[in-house]
Amino acid sequence: MRFLLRRLGFFVLTLWAALTLNFFIPKWMPGNPKQALIDRTHHRLSDKAIDAMLASFGYKQGQNIFVQYLEYLKDQLTGDWGRSIGQNLGEPVSRIVGEALPWTLGLVGLATVLAFILGSLVGIVAGWRRGSKIDSVLPSVFVVTSALPYFWVALLLILFFSVWTNGLLPSDFSYDNAIPMGFSGEFVSSVLQHAVLPAATIVITAVGGWVLTMRNNMITTLAEDYIRMGRAKGLSNNRIMLNYAGRNAMLPNLSGFAMSLGFVISGAILIEYVFNYQGLGYLLFNAVQNADYPLMGTLFMLFTVAVLVAVFVCDFAIFLLDPRARAKG
Amino acid sequence: MTGLLVQTTAATDQAAIPSRRRTGGGLWTAIRRSPKAMVGLVIFLIFCVIAIRPQLFTSVKDPTALDFMPGLGPSGDHWLGTTRLGQDIYAQLIYGTRESLLIAVIAGFFATVLSVLIGVSAAYLGGFADEVLLFFTNVFLVVPTFPLIIILSKYAGGGSFFVILLVLVATGWSYGANQLRAQALSLRNRDFLESARVRGERSLYIIVFELLPTMTSLIVANFLGAALYSVLAAAGLQFLGLGDQTKVSWGTMLYWAQSQGALQNGSPLWSIAPGLCVALLGTSFALLNYAFDEISNPALRPVRKLKVRSNGARAHS
Repeated sequence: MRFLLRRLGFFVLTLWAALTLNFFIPKWMPGNPKQALIDRTHHRLSDKAIDAMLASFGYKQGQNIFVQYLEYLKDQLTGDWGRSIGQNLGEPVSRIVGEALPWTLGLVGLATVLAFILGSLVGIVAGWRRGSKIDSVLPSVFVVTSALPYFWVALLLILFFSVWTNGLLPSDFSYDNAIPMGFSGEFVSSVLQHAVLPAATIVITAVGGWVLTMRNNMITTLAEDYIRMGRAKGLSNNRIMLNYAGRNAMLPNLSGFAMSLGFVISGAILIEYVFNYQGLGYLLFNAVQNADYPLMGTLFMLFTVAVLVAVFVCDFAIFLLDPRARAKG
Repeated sequence: MTGLLVQTTAATDQAAIPSRRRTGGGLWTAIRRSPKAMVGLVIFLIFCVIAIRPQLFTSVKDPTALDFMPGLGPSGDHWLGTTRLGQDIYAQLIYGTRESLLIAVIAGFFATVLSVLIGVSAAYLGGFADEVLLFFTNVFLVVPTFPLIIILSKYAGGGSFFVILLVLVATGWSYGANQLRAQALSLRNRDFLESARVRGERSLYIIVFELLPTMTSLIVANFLGAALYSVLAAAGLQFLGLGDQTKVSWGTMLYWAQSQGALQNGSPLWSIAPGLCVALLGTSFALLNYAFDEISNPALRPVRKLKVRSNGARAHS
């Protein structure tokens, strides 16, 4: 139990650190929301009107910074994320985020899990067949794929499957605008078609890392005595590979999975930008282009929360799967 | 707090039996023996030569000048064609090497220095200092860095070379610090350190002259990892238009190509070629990194050097 409590403490403290960063970065850095708003309205509004506008968006000028900070924390935690000062001037940030969230969750979430499962399975086999033909080729291949820039893979895929093949697969946006939104077969298939290339990009760039770490964990695990014991008992190779070695080699990878989510989000920003896929990453890019500080802050906070939740869930899974973790805590 | 992170480095931890050979010679032999490392090293050296003397590789003097017909295909005069703005793509590629390589190497270097400082001192000091430093490391490890980089470089008013460098270092050190801490912890109570303490050496001496040399291969591996991260992150930033667009680098080439719709308008080489260079440089770091993993963890080395495992391999082949 102490183990879980410690993790919960880490969760809270890190969230607090991220929020604090969020609050203070704009205060330290040159350029501020007020200037951004003046630029956005092309200097046509008076200073007073701008101040009033900012106030209605939740900006309190000239207030004690400590009070501001506490209110900021309260607002962020209660989901009162202020209003956008970017493209959708005045729209609540929570609504903008809510519209983009499902797309990112669906695309990035599924593709990441797919890459993890695929990579782990290949890694298990590669580690098990140590020294075979597969194992001599695979690591080199995956070292290379894991070093490819996300957006470059995306560009290549667009070139091959969209430009050179006369639009075999769509490379723009997340569904066909001509089809009305809804649970019709047509719409769903359009969404799926639009997801193929971005998802493939994520899988191609992410799978290599999993194969390599899984292979290495597998090799370390295969040297354990209980593997030899399993062989001596005459268990089938498949059983030893999956239930004995694979299961244990998976544990460190699980926590790695949560950690890597931060990298996945980074990749997702670039991928959504390349494909004009209207998820959270694309939203962040737009927010940055338009100096939409409230939206930027909220997105950063949400990304952090996503990683933290994943870390926590994986910790919990390890806690359930691994008696050693329970004993240690 | 440690449970999660220490497990990710279990592999390096178990293999932390450092060789006490002369480090320089040992590393060189190890690189020469590994084909992966050789390929990586050769790619890296070629890029280094190009970065130092770009004039040797192209006759174009100013890669940004709009001297040529826009949108030409590959030909004898322009090996990779010209951009839609009228610049020679090959010449830009050559001149862009310097900026991209410098960012990678410098950011990688300072990130590694930071991870050595924080990781090793956390392990060596122990106690409360360790807890604080570890928490600090974990926060930076978990916080999604790329969005943070984007936001930071936006606030800093566009990414000059220095700003990009700064954010890459600030966000790139935590992974290495965590690994180094784990290894330093496992070395802490070894006899050779104990004997140095008994001799009455100062902590600084012990860390610098006794502890660090045994961790060379892990430190080098960390440098390569940080450099790989920096190459990719810097290219991504510049691709999004957050770099210095007046300078030639692979990332800014990609930015201009993307903003001119190079793929759709029939000059795909404009964005494919610089992307390939980023990928090649990244690959060279990744290959070297993988080779150094094999050096610091002998269990991962190609199987022919190990007798024990060949039994298992035969059993099911």
